[in-house]
Amino acid sequence: MTIDARRLTAEIKYPLSQFALDVKFDAEPGVTVLFGSSGAGKTTVLNCLAGLAKPESGEISLGGTKLFASAPPYVNVPVHRRNVGYLLQGLALFPHMTVSQNVAYGLADRADALQSVSEILERFRIAHLAGRYPREISGGERQRVALARALVRLPRLLLLDEPMSALDLPTKQHIMDDLHEWNQGTRHIPIIYVTHDQTEVYSLAERVLAMERGKIVAEGTPAEVLYAPRTAAMAQLAGFENIFNAEVIETHADLGTATCRINDSGLRLECPLSGRAGERVKIGIRAGDILLSKQQIEGVSARNRLGGELVALHEGAEFVEAHVNCSGVTFIAHITRGAMRELALQPDHPVWLILKTHSCLILR
Amino acid sequence: MSEALWLSLRLAAVVSVLLLIVGVPIAYWIAFSRRRWKFLVEAVVALPIVLPPTVLGFYLLLLMGSNGPLGQLWTRCTGHPLAFTFNALVIGSVIYSLPFAVQPFASAFSSVDPALLAAAATLGASSWRRFRTITLPLARAGVLSGFGLSFAHTLGEFGVVLMLGGNIEGATRTASIAIFDNVQGLDYASANHDALVLLAISFVLLAAIYRLNRRSLSGWSVR
Repeated sequence: MTIDARRLTAEIKYPLSQFALDVKFDAEPGVTVLFGSSGAGKTTVLNCLAGLAKPESGEISLGGTKLFASAPPYVNVPVHRRNVGYLLQGLALFPHMTVSQNVAYGLADRADALQSVSEILERFRIAHLAGRYPREISGGERQRVALARALVRLPRLLLLDEPMSALDLPTKQHIMDDLHEWNQGTRHIPIIYVTHDQTEVYSLAERVLAMERGKIVAEGTPAEVLYAPRTAAMAQLAGFENIFNAEVIETHADLGTATCRINDSGLRLECPLSGRAGERVKIGIRAGDILLSKQQIEGVSARNRLGGELVALHEGAEFVEAHVNCSGVTFIAHITRGAMRELALQPDHPVWLILKTHSCLILR
Repeated sequence: MSEALWLSLRLAAVVSVLLLIVGVPIAYWIAFSRRRWKFLVEAVVALPIVLPPTVLGFYLLLLMGSNGPLGQLWTRCTGHPLAFTFNALVIGSVIYSLPFAVQPFASAFSSVDPALLAAAATLGASSWRRFRTITLPLARAGVLSGFGLSFAHTLGEFGVVLMLGGNIEGATRTASIAIFDNVQGLDYASANHDALVLLAISFVLLAAIYRLNRRSLSGWSVR
């Protein structure tokens, strides 16, 4: 089968209480992550794809087969005929059935049911749980059961709605590895994975669609979408520790920079050229992109060198979070524990922050 | 066992089985329909709870009497009158006990997690299969309670039976009527015998229902 014969194409308009969902996207075989904050409309997109919700208008097709079309000839294939695997939030395992009854449910009375069930139980390493009830197994095991139950039917599309938000990263990764392996070996279908957790995007996605208030605001590889977000909401999701209100004061086309004032303070930052003078924007800076020095440094290329005072140090598992007050604006910078010791940093010390122009992203 | 008691048990059995057949679809509709006028149907179903049995019995008598539409239809189809027969008691009791079956059914159906039904649908199950394999088994305790409650309620009814059935031995003279009769005739021993049996059966039934509901609460919880 060619890629085209398995691609999902979707155009969905659906009114929600706060805003209208309006998305258009394709998904190739492999994992596409639908990324956005809670309430962005991600679950509604999945519900429309599965047939649990009916778009107000649009078109959904899978490998050339129309599942929904609001224009003539109208199509709306009912949920139970779509053959779309869907792991709902909370998994929805049937509590009154054993693991193997759950997994066999989608095969109804197919003759090869027994064989298929035992194969997929093996494949997802849950054969030893066959006779147990969902309440008797762990969260990670339930996750595997739900996957096996959806995949045993050989669906043409798999939808996963924050299925692993309760699991730790290694368990998650292990399960996703098994899913990838299944998808490579068996069917190679599009998998749409919904999450608001940026660590999942990096570890799972081949492609990301970022959603905000019902619209797709960015798409590309995880690095493209998360490294250079264009909106404050997306920067927040992508884990930017510093996001400030700002105003563009001056643009310098010849230098490729724009000078911005932060939070109506006297503090000015050189940012990449964007916008026009007087425009209100936001500026996002990753804590890991900020250099911290005990002395004022001359002769470096970085355009932003800010004097300030160390307010607090919080030791985390991987790094130390330094809070620095510069002219009334508090920056968060990440440094290593080694750097903290070598510089003998203490609260109240005067320090300098050094930021490259391109680390200061202008957001809208 | 007295003839009246036996008649009461037969009536209760027939009525509760009929209510299972009639009540389940009504309850399903109430639980899952999104019609705006659903509350009207719910109110009609609940009416027998608040109406005096004499009011219900009176209108049912008009309906089933020899001049009533149902009575005439019945006579045309069977050749016999309907009022003051066991069949009239059955029809009256089904209506009288309807809320005692439908309400527990409906609340059990609507307490089934909709995500389970959505999951079943994505796994290819038609709405009939979803009902049979998910809704019904998970609502089992509610269905059994509705069955038991309608049995117990029919067993204990008095007013509607009196209005519709009169007091014909072997046909419409139920235990509750016989007790009333015996007390009127100062035969306290017979009244006491039937009353005790009714009391015992009702208590055992209700105890079983409450036990069942307690168990089902802790039964399938996953999270």
